Amino acid sequence: MEKVLLDVRGLKVGFPTMDGQVKASDTVDLRIASRETLALLGETGSGKTVLGMAILRLLQPNTIIEGEIRFLDRDLLTIPEKDMRKMRGKEIAIVLQNSGTSLNPVYTVGTQIAEAISLHQGLKKPAALSRAVELLDAVRIPDPDRMAREYPHQFSGGMRERVLIALALACNPSFLIADEPTKGLDSVTRQQILDLFREINQDRAVLFITHDIDAAAALATRVAVMYAGEFAEIGPAAAVLGHPAHPYTRGLLASLPERGMRAIPGSAPSLITLPEGCRFSPRCTSVSERCTLEHPGLVRVGPGHYARCMLYD
Amino acid sequence: MIEVSDLRTSYSTGFLHRTEIRAVDGVSFEINSGETLGLVGESGCGKTTLGCSILRLVEPTSGQVVVNGTDITALSGRALRQFRSHMQMIFQDSYASLNPRFRIRESIAEPMKIHHMGDQSTIDRRVRELIEEVGLNEEHLNRRPYELSGGQNQRVVLARVLAIRPEFIVADEPTSALDVSVQAQILNLIRDLGQDYHMTCLYISHDLEVVRAMSDRVAVMLKGQIVEIGKTTEIFDHPSHPYTRMLVSASGHHMDEMAAESMR
Repeated sequence: MEKVLLDVRGLKVGFPTMDGQVKASDTVDLRIASRETLALLGETGSGKTVLGMAILRLLQPNTIIEGEIRFLDRDLLTIPEKDMRKMRGKEIAIVLQNSGTSLNPVYTVGTQIAEAISLHQGLKKPAALSRAVELLDAVRIPDPDRMAREYPHQFSGGMRERVLIALALACNPSFLIADEPTKGLDSVTRQQILDLFREINQDRAVLFITHDIDAAAALATRVAVMYAGEFAEIGPAAAVLGHPAHPYTRGLLASLPERGMRAIPGSAPSLITLPEGCRFSPRCTSVSERCTLEHPGLVRVGPGHYARCMLYD
Repeated sequence: MIEVSDLRTSYSTGFLHRTEIRAVDGVSFEINSGETLGLVGESGCGKTTLGCSILRLVEPTSGQVVVNGTDITALSGRALRQFRSHMQMIFQDSYASLNPRFRIRESIAEPMKIHHMGDQSTIDRRVRELIEEVGLNEEHLNRRPYELSGGQNQRVVLARVLAIRPEFIVADEPTSALDVSVQAQILNLIRDLGQDYHMTCLYISHDLEVVRAMSDRVAVMLKGQIVEIGKTTEIFDHPSHPYTRMLVSASGHHMDEMAAESMR
């Protein structure tokens, strides 16, 4: 077993709004070992992006955060901002969602990558630029010398995604968070990005945030399924996706077009007024009376495999 | 029912050096009545331009589109407007497809008013019918698009499309912005309502699994041209064009691979 790199304990993230607190993440426990790829699978509004942003401490100042996020024995929630800034990009990097708006339109791609390198590694500009070209080459951008001098709008969606990946890898971080890197890409481009991640995750830990179940199957050693701000199920990828225990995970798999496209009835609850008991109970086909009264904890259903469901309790 | 022959649509770009981009470059195919033809291809291959050209939302440069014996590329003015009541398009972004200032009730009623489909009370009754048909309820009629989720807005778009009982619809990536569980709900709805209303459909998507689930036949597009067309099972089980083979092999198969690996 590799050593634990990231250790999240009892993480609660809430956003105060006029209508009440949005509980985006509710008592999340998560451990990621070095060189492990954990896919965080969830639908829009389940709280998966918030978890990634909380780890990097990039949430807005009025956010209510409780719990611990330990990275290499330091609690990221309590270290001074100066230290956190050194951590971002260098130790923990993120590939942000939406490649179209994550790059600065008025600087060349090379300059943007070089900026990160000179900030963290103190390289002079020409050296940083040539390192940027190497990185573009590493993420398979054709003619990297020329492309480094181009602006983001001159790149296609797939190419911009590669630039974001190169940017995240600039300081060779030991932990990479990727937020929906395959979103909006067509099948051929998506496969190329997945292939790239298969190389990247060889020598670092990756938190792969996605709603693309097939991408999770392609990359992950472990999968966590998020529903309404908490983990519904977590375990080895083959177990969670091959023998799903939680009715939500089963429903998600059954709604894939290649698996019969049977939809889960109803819709996800509001994170302000969560249902009593199990949060999935209003949509669950195996619901019993107990499910509507008690909030289930994670129950062990196999080696390293846990599900938040009364069926196993 | 629909015969497209040698359809071409080009755009010209550039200020000093004008260049012509042939987005649709000599496309011919037919869609039978009640049939769903899937159209696949990667971003930028001309799928959307083809869909828009067929409905004349984009003017084709040359070629013909014959619908039920009428060449619609020759129509203009009133005749074209009248013809449009038989055809509708569903776009990817449901939120952008709806007027943000209209209540859902007004959005669904609008096409019926444009095409003079009865008095206020008939239209009101039909709006209430439609909202139930797409799986929402009357309470949603007084809301506005920003108060609904992406899936709910796409249901509203569907109600609006069905309002004028079109014979032919072009659906351009209607679920690519939705989550899988919501996607399944919307796709099932499109499929069921398509049958109820006996609609002929051109279903555009880059997601091969979705196209496989939705279509009777599939056309594969590459750089403005159709490189292969045939029955859905044929295309997926025995793709003949190298490009189709590549697309099929790049489509989501990691779940199966993983299952095979865990068996070993």
